[in-house]
Formats: sequence, structure tokens, C-alpha cells
Amino acid sequence: MMPVLLIVIPLLSGLIAFLVKQEKSVKSWALLSSIVSLVISVMALTTKNDSWLHYNLPWLPELGSSFNVGLDGMGKVLCLLTGISFPVIFIATWNNSYRKPNNFFALMLLSQAGLMGVFVAMDALLFYFFWELALIPVYFLCSQWGGERRIPVTFKFFIYTFVGSLLMLVAIIFLYFQTPDKSFSIDSFYAVAQMSPGTQAWLFVLLFLAFAIKMPIFPFHTWQPDTYEQSPTAVTMVLSAVMVKMGVFGILRWLVPVLPTASFQFGDNPATLCVVGMLYASFVAMQQDDLKRLFAYSSIAHMGLMGLAIFVPSNMGMQGVMIQMFNHGINILGLWIVVELIERQMGTRKMSELGGLAQKAPVLGILLVVLALANVALPLTNAFIGEFLMFAGVFTSLASKYHYIFAVVGAISIILSAVYTFNMIQKVFFGNTNSLTAGARDIRLNEKLVLSALVVMIIAIGVYPKPLLEITQGAVDTLISKMMIKNP
Amino acid sequence: MVRGIAVTGLAVLLITNILEMNGINFFKVDVKGMMVFDNFGLLFNAIAFASTLVFFLLSGRDIEKVGMHVADYCALIFFVLCGVAIASSFNTLLMLFLGIEIISIPLYILTGADKRNLKSNEASLKYFLMGCFSTGLMLMGITLIYGVKGSFNMDVIGMGNGELTPMLAAGLLLLLFSMAFKVSAAPFHFWTPDVYDGAPTVFTSFMATVVKAAGFIAFIRLFKNSLGSMQSEWQLMVAIITAATLFIGNITAVFQQSVKRMLAYSSIAQAGFMMFAIVALNETAFEGLIFYAAAYSLATIGIFAILIKMKDYTFEGFNGLAKHQPVLAATNTIFLLSLAGIPATAGFWAKFYMLAAAVRAGHVLWLVILGVLCAAISVYYYFRVIQAMYFKDGDAQEMDATPAFKGVLIGIAAVVVLLGIFPEWLIDKLYYFF
Repeated sequence: MMPVLLIVIPLLSGLIAFLVKQEKSVKSWALLSSIVSLVISVMALTTKNDSWLHYNLPWLPELGSSFNVGLDGMGKVLCLLTGISFPVIFIATWNNSYRKPNNFFALMLLSQAGLMGVFVAMDALLFYFFWELALIPVYFLCSQWGGERRIPVTFKFFIYTFVGSLLMLVAIIFLYFQTPDKSFSIDSFYAVAQMSPGTQAWLFVLLFLAFAIKMPIFPFHTWQPDTYEQSPTAVTMVLSAVMVKMGVFGILRWLVPVLPTASFQFGDNPATLCVVGMLYASFVAMQQDDLKRLFAYSSIAHMGLMGLAIFVPSNMGMQGVMIQMFNHGINILGLWIVVELIERQMGTRKMSELGGLAQKAPVLGILLVVLALANVALPLTNAFIGEFLMFAGVFTSLASKYHYIFAVVGAISIILSAVYTFNMIQKVFFGNTNSLTAGARDIRLNEKLVLSALVVMIIAIGVYPKPLLEITQGAVDTLISKMMIKNP
Repeated sequence: MVRGIAVTGLAVLLITNILEMNGINFFKVDVKGMMVFDNFGLLFNAIAFASTLVFFLLSGRDIEKVGMHVADYCALIFFVLCGVAIASSFNTLLMLFLGIEIISIPLYILTGADKRNLKSNEASLKYFLMGCFSTGLMLMGITLIYGVKGSFNMDVIGMGNGELTPMLAAGLLLLLFSMAFKVSAAPFHFWTPDVYDGAPTVFTSFMATVVKAAGFIAFIRLFKNSLGSMQSEWQLMVAIITAATLFIGNITAVFQQSVKRMLAYSSIAQAGFMMFAIVALNETAFEGLIFYAAAYSLATIGIFAILIKMKDYTFEGFNGLAKHQPVLAATNTIFLLSLAGIPATAGFWAKFYMLAAAVRAGHVLWLVILGVLCAAISVYYYFRVIQAMYFKDGDAQEMDATPAFKGVLIGIAAVVVLLGIFPEWLIDKLYYFF
């Protein structure tokens, strides 16, 4: 029942939100709904009753597709991430004012429903359905409330992602005809018999393209910096904290277990793209003046590491990916909140125009430094756990000949991330104040609360990650066993 | 009053057709094996009649604005429906010819209904001349096939060992080309943009939907029943025609400045998708074509109904529609999303079935990938309208959209979304009765 609730609650409250015209009321309504979803996702995490975690309803019997939803370890963690993200976003942007707030919050809630649906779908057609349905509200959100160049940029984002999804649809349809019992359910897909290497190869390409565009992996990343820059910050938070995880999740749930031989055979190619992307994105990030673009490129680098750890697989590495999906979501949320606060107060996002904010807004400065250290994956922060596991996994993996090279070259990007992150802190927060920042105030209570909560989570997970690792252990083991079973 | 008679007549037609599907008939006519009323044909009839009913409900008033002879126009539309019914249930090549002609000739007149408009006259003449030419090709093809097989009957033609003699090949090709003309498949599509653009928009709405769908049903019936045994011979050619149609239709639609012309080219692109069913010719293809006919007709009739009310047919004419006419903009968005193939609309399942049919058929996976890329291209021109309506500002326009009009639009949009979530409701009707 729980997965259904996770979808239905945001869906219904979103539809109702269209009718609530009062700004204060609709904000409270949205916050209430997102907190309820958070409570349910925490309950799903801690419940012992397995039957509550699955739900199966016949939908299209002739076609072989059913409304089959369930939560395994990976799904639980990602639903928790989604559950945490939305209340955080709503609280942090509480003081923002939007035109037609009823439409804005309704679309945000609808996108949450779509995202939850992606993470709980156990049926390929249902997965595709929610994959697209998560995209439509985001398209309207970015186009209606975004920056100056929002219309062409969002259009590019939509069409780019749509091409990927359609290619995925072709692969899904093909796999459907290969299943032993003509069904779209995930077990049938896992049970697909070995296909010829040629067939596996192009299926791998189709599915990989869809997920690579979403994550994004170099060179399919060109939509991302512009879209992040032009979207309203609340939507950017949704995009980078939760939506890109759809790409990683898709690879882990629908690509690697279904086509393990192809993933093993061709694993080096995506891994190379990931490593190149990590370096490229880090170098470009160093050149950025706009805070939003800086963190956009930083995101590409982080996602690249996750991709690398998936395609040069090992038990440790997979654990790292699972936990890092959650960690990166939390960290990047915090960073976007800081960007939003700076932009709202100062009216600019350019580092060259800012400076010395720590003198005027000390609390913000402290919280930001912790978040930035988490971005660099300093020990004691959650990101350290994830990145250490991933790098150790890649370094010790037996799956690829080049694992040493990948690990070493990838580690260079960590150094680069320290460069641009500390550069950012230095330019924006330390140093002297200028005419613009002299009038800065410290942040409000709700913003302090939210950022502190995130910082607490960062340090808590950084010091004691065991509970989170335990939840995902089961999923990791299943994944590794599926990958190894069909491999020599 | 004419409208009232038309709507009543259509309702009666629809009800008797549904009764016929359940096995209750009022007359027994001995058709001597020339026509066979199977579920496939009857279900399509039901869809065509329902679509025309929706068309009359939405655009009935606009028919009255075209010219003086309103009763004639409505009568001609009914004659077209007669042709549709024949074309969906034929079992002999002569009936196919009759059906196609009865569809086409009233359309020549309807295209030129706006007598004072030069474009309308030109479109009508163009349609008439090219239509007659293609009919001539069809007749020649039928004759050649008769020469080989000795009978017009489709069952007799379908027998045989699938060997392709030159005369049979010639007849087959001529039939293929003439049918491709009727459904505006490339490279026989050149008449479509000018004819659709020149005709009064009300009749374009009818032509682009019900008539095109009927053409496809006749097309698939012809190839399934009689020439299916020779599929390996002509599948590649049909696949190439499909690819060309998809490509030309989508690419040219991107560059249009007028929404009406964009919809004309988009109907060519949609025809390209429907051609997938001809390429595949399996169970999934038949189900899919019926569904595509329904989804595409409803969405397109809806969009045209709104387009007719606009004064300015360019994309800029739609600017700011969401603010002034929220209901029209919302329903228009649902129809456009359906045509683009976004999930939770009927159009998604239509495209899905077409892709599934082609994947199942096996050798045409390159066509599937091309189709999918073209579907992505189509998002561009459909979304241009959505963007104009919601994200750009424009002046308010005087539009005579009555509450009844909006009500019907909301009903159609609801059907599109419902079919988008429960497509099997319609597909099951192929196999089970009500």
C-alpha cells in the first residue's frame, strides 16, 4: 500500500492545489502534503511488514502490463530522498512569491508524484509512464516561471530528454517480445534469455542513451547547465537533487540487471565517458562566474563518478553509488538553497560581484562551509563515505582492465572540485565586502532551520552511515549477483 | 435545423452500428460475399460515426458559415460516411473501388465549397484532377490483378502460393501507389498541403481525420486479406514509403508559419505512423490501427474546432490564449499532447501499438528508430502552439465559443485522457462485444 500512497498523495494534493488561489493557503497545503509524503517514506524505511511495500493491480491484462509497484532497498532510499527534498524545498523557498501560486505548487506536487512513481515502478511500461509524467510538470514549471531565456532552453531540455525516453521505449518494447511470458513486469524482464551479442549491444545503446541524457553523462550533458540556470531555483532543486537520480536508478534497475553481458562487455565505453565528463566538468566549473552554472557543472562531475562506479562494478562500488545517490541529493539541495538565498538578497549570482558575506551573514557562512566541504567529500561528511566506497570499488574491481587508470584519473576530479569549491567560498564569503554586500543581512529562521537540518544529516551520515548502508545492502547483493551470474 | 437532423441521423447510425456489432440487425441483405461485416470493420464504422458526430457537435455552426448550401454540405458528408462504411467492410476489389470513389467525389465538392475564395477553387480542382488520376491507377491495378487471379474476390486473390509474376507485381504496385495517394503517404503526398490549406477549415477537419482513417482501414484490409501472403516481397517498399512519409511530413511541418498548414503536414506525419501497421500486418497492427484512428481523429477534430474559431491562423495568433480562454487552451493542450504521443493520453498508446507492431514484425527495426526520432521532432511543432498559448502574451480575441462548445471539448479531452489510461477498453471491443 505504501508505494501507492507515495504516488497518490502528491497526485491528489497537486490536483486540488490547482483550485487553491490564496498564496498562503496553497503554500501551506503543499508543505503539509509533502510532510505527509515524508512521513510515509520514513515509515516505508522502518516497517517490518513486507506486504505493505508491494502492490499489484491489473491494468492492461491483454498487453501484459499491470500496476505493479514495490519498494526494495534502493527504492526506499530514493523515496526517502524525494520525501525529504520537497518539504526542504518548500520551507527554504517559503518567502518567494510566484505569479499564479496555485499552478506553481500544483505542478511541483504533480512532479513529485511522477518522481515517486519512477522509483517504485516494478513494471516496465509503468516505469516509462512515470518517467515521462515526471517531465511534463517540470516543462511547464521551467517555461512559466524561469529566467529570460527559459522558453528555448526548456524546449531543448524537453526534446533532448524526450528523444532519450523514446529510444528507451523501443528497447522496452523489444525486450517485452523477448520475455518468456509476454509481460512487462520486472521479473519477466530479468528472466529474458540470453540474446545474441549484437542484439544486446544495440539494446544497451538505446537504454544507456536514455539514462545518460538524464544523469547527464558527457557528451549528453549540454542541456543541463542552461536548464539549471534558467529554471526557478525551486525547480532546479528538484531537477538536480531528485530527477537526475532517475538516470542512475534507471541504469541500476533496468539496464545492468537486464543486459548484464552487454554491460560487462561494453562497460569500458560508458566508464571512459564518465571519467572524461568528470574532468571536463571540473575544468569548466573552475572557469564559471555564475554560481548556478558552477554547481551545475559540479553536479555533472559527481554524477560522472556514480556512472563510473556502476560500469566498473564491485560490491563496494555499488554500495557507494547507492548511498551517494542520497548524499548528493542532500548536499546539492543545501548548496542550491544557499545560491537562492544569495540571489534573493543580493540580486546577483556572479562571484565577481560578491564578497565578504561571512562578515554580514555569519550563520549562513558556517552552514555553507560545511555544505561545501561535503561537496568536496571531506571525511566526516556523508559524501566522503560514498566517494571513498566508489573509488575503492573502482580501484579494486576485477571487471575492467583499466580500473587503475579510471580510479586515478577520476580522483583528479576530486582535487579539482576542491579547487573550484574553495575558490567559490573565498570569493563569495571571505575577503572584503563591497558596496553590494555591505547591506547583507543574515538569513531568516526558517532558512536556518532547513540548512541546519541538512548539515546535521550530512555529518550524521558521515560519521555513522551504517543504517543507510544496511538498507541498501540487499539491493546491492541482488544487483551484483545478477551481474555476475551471466558473466564468465 | 439541418444541424439537428444531421446530429440525430448520426446518433441513429451510431446506435444501429453498435447493435449490429452485438448481432442485432434490422435488415438482412444478401451481399453475395462482396462485403463482410466483421468486428474490425464495424468497430471502425463506430469510430468514424462517433468522430463525425463529435465533428458536427463542435463545428456544426461553422459549416453554416461556409456558404449558402448548408444542407448540401451535410448531405455530402453523409455520402462520404456511406463510402467509409463500404471501404471498411469490402471483400471484393470492386467494392473497394466503389467505396474509395464514394468517399472521394463528395470531398472534391466540399473542398471547393467556398466559391468566392480562389484558393478553395484551386484546391478543389487540384484534388479532383489528381484524385481521378490515382483512381485510374487503382482501376488499372485491379484489372491487372483480375487478369492474374481470375476474380475480384479478395479470398480468391489471397489464395495462391505467394509467387510474384510480373503482371501481379505491376497490379500490386499500382494498387499500392493509388492507396498511398489516398492516405497521403510520401511521395504521393504533394496534393495534401494545398488541398487541406485551400479547403474551408471545417472540411479540412473532416478530411484530415475520418477520411484519412478510412483510407488506412481500406488499405490494411486490402493488404491483409489478399496480398498478405506476398508480404516479404512488398514489405521493404512499404517500409521505404513509411520512412519517406515520416521524414518529409515531420521536417516540413517544423518550418510552417501557419497552424493550419502545420496541421496539414502533421497529418502526413501521422499517416507515416499509421503506415507502420501496413508494414507489420500482425495482430498488434490491427488493434493499433483502430486505436490510432480513434485517438488521432478525436484529437485532430478538437484542435481544428478550436482553430476554426481563431481569426489568425498563424502561431502568433495563439499567443496568450491561456489567459483569455483557459478552457480552450487546456483542452487544446491535451489534444496536442495526444498528437505528440505523451503518456496518459490516447495518442501515446496509438504510437506505442504502432511501434510494438513493427518491432514484432522483426526486420524493420531501423524504421522503428526512425519513427521514434520523428516523433521527437513532432514535439517541436506541437509544442510551439502550447508555448504560444501559455508562455507568450497576446491580445484578447472575440471568439464565439459557446458553453456547449466548451462542454463538448471538455468531454472529448476527458475521453482522450481516459483512453490514455485505459486503452484496452477500446481494443477489447475488437474481440468482445459490449
